Amino acid sequence: MTLEVRKPGLSTTVQDAGRNGHYDVGIPPSGALDQYSLLAANQLVGNPAGAAALECVYMGPELVFTEDAVVAVAGASMQPKVDGEERPLWESFPVSAGQVLSFGYLTGGARAYLAVSGGVAVPEVLGSRSTYALGALGGHEGRPLQEGDVLPVGADGASTPGRSVPEQLRSSFSKDVEVRVMMGLYDHRLTEGGRETFLGTTWTLTPTADRIGFRYKGAELETVEREPPFGAGQDPSNIVDAPYPIGSIQVPGSVEPIILHRDAVSGGGYMMIATVLSGDLDVVAQCAPNSRTRFVAVDLDEALAIRAERRKRIDALKEAVGS
Amino acid sequence: MSTTEVATARYSWGGDDHIFVELAEEMSLLAMFRAMAITNRLRDERPDGVLDICPANASYQVRYDPDVIEPRTLLALLQDVEAQVGDATDVALATRVVEIPVLYRDPWTTETLMRFRDRHQDPDVTDIEYAARINDFSSVDEFIAAHSGSPWITSMVGFVAGLPFLYQMVGRERQLVVPKYLRPRTDTPKQTVGHGGCFGCIYSVRGAGGYQMFGITPAPIYDPKQTMPDFEDFMVFFRPADVVRFVPIDRERYDAYLADVEAGTFRITARPVEFHAREFLNDPDGYNRRLLEETP
Repeated sequence: MTLEVRKPGLSTTVQDAGRNGHYDVGIPPSGALDQYSLLAANQLVGNPAGAAALECVYMGPELVFTEDAVVAVAGASMQPKVDGEERPLWESFPVSAGQVLSFGYLTGGARAYLAVSGGVAVPEVLGSRSTYALGALGGHEGRPLQEGDVLPVGADGASTPGRSVPEQLRSSFSKDVEVRVMMGLYDHRLTEGGRETFLGTTWTLTPTADRIGFRYKGAELETVEREPPFGAGQDPSNIVDAPYPIGSIQVPGSVEPIILHRDAVSGGGYMMIATVLSGDLDVVAQCAPNSRTRFVAVDLDEALAIRAERRKRIDALKEAVGS
Repeated sequence: MSTTEVATARYSWGGDDHIFVELAEEMSLLAMFRAMAITNRLRDERPDGVLDICPANASYQVRYDPDVIEPRTLLALLQDVEAQVGDATDVALATRVVEIPVLYRDPWTTETLMRFRDRHQDPDVTDIEYAARINDFSSVDEFIAAHSGSPWITSMVGFVAGLPFLYQMVGRERQLVVPKYLRPRTDTPKQTVGHGGCFGCIYSVRGAGGYQMFGITPAPIYDPKQTMPDFEDFMVFFRPADVVRFVPIDRERYDAYLADVEAGTFRITARPVEFHAREFLNDPDGYNRRLLEETP
């Protein structure tokens, strides 16, 4: 079966759990920016956890189904509709052949995930169906969806309408969030005061918030004076071009920190001062421009404990929804 | 230069799933050789749970799954590998000498740089005129002769898919150094030959960029559809340690190569070599000459 794109939405892409092993040549992991919501949507329609779904940003697409299917929407609050009739979020529901699936306005979060039983079956590239638009790679022709696109859907989908994620396992979205980070990388380029400013400031997300990176406004960070090392460049925020971890926070010009997300540029010459915990990248993914973020520093043991908690939450989700 | 003092690397957690390792704060060929030697060895051993091994200019990072390999176990392993590799002057790299034809002062990068003069240090001249002047060359031609006269080594592949960072294989006093744009451009033509700080680069895709633009190559270096002969095995042409020679060409030659690209017959001239760090460090200019003149 296929999905026909009647309206593409603002920036709808095919995403799965991501691709590993090619970041060394600048091909980032890509994949759903909010992995928890992807997993929930897949779980609801009986797909494997990492199956490909549609990531819908701010404004959803309009899709025509050529055959009967079961779908689910998790993540940002964008009410799904079938032929104009509202359907629930975080629950699976059927769509019949010829019906149109559309979305209401965004009322919370930023990215909704639409899973279809059988999964979106675009070809795998380097082991993943995820779209990496900067490299014109993967997904549907390496780009966000356009009007008239036709997407294949896997034939062996389960039929699991009426499944639901319990309230306590649904993500909730706020315009004020805390994002946990581990300090490090080049944070020694900041003075003690610069580090305090970073952790003490409430940062406002700018409109530059896409799959590559999220840029924030709020304060200027004080740096340590130095003689620039050979090859680094003159600005105090310059370093000899180095690899960028996914989730790393760089601060070009010591103002406007940028969190690199899953379509990250893989390296460059700006000091990185902290890295967002992998699980909290889901929180970042659901932030819309003008929302406010505070960064909270944790150490490795705390980060691993947070990771273990997240794993428990995922296990609870699988248990509750069924597989 | 048989023994070299090397500082111990600096290790940092990059969140719960990366370890970042800085081998030296400043750029040098020695730091780069160490990054390559360590990551090559790591790739051979490839412990379970390691997802990505990324060498960079004077640093590297490992992305991993901490549910499979405990972070402190991986850290200890990386420190072991660092100790085994030592100063890396013994390293031999199986690599290639790659010829990249360049149309310097081409119309496309010139048009682009004119659109972004408000972001440049010297809005009254072009990027290459500026670079020639601040590197004390009396003319752009002299600058091009220096740019294309000594080979470059690929010190990192990335930023975006397939983009090589290139470091000229000459002593520090002869390195070409230019600042990046004051504010990055929002546009750079595909296959622009650029330069920022001490690094050259070739932009693999069209997009944002902050490096000064000197020219353009007709040679595709990234082909996600893998339709061209250089990309049968993999969509990215460059690999760390590739040695690059820029060959100045004129517009006529450029157009001829472009016709070959469009016909699907163009191939980058490349031949395998084994690169020996110690031999190079003992006599860089002599070694470079042999490297470039060696017949296949």
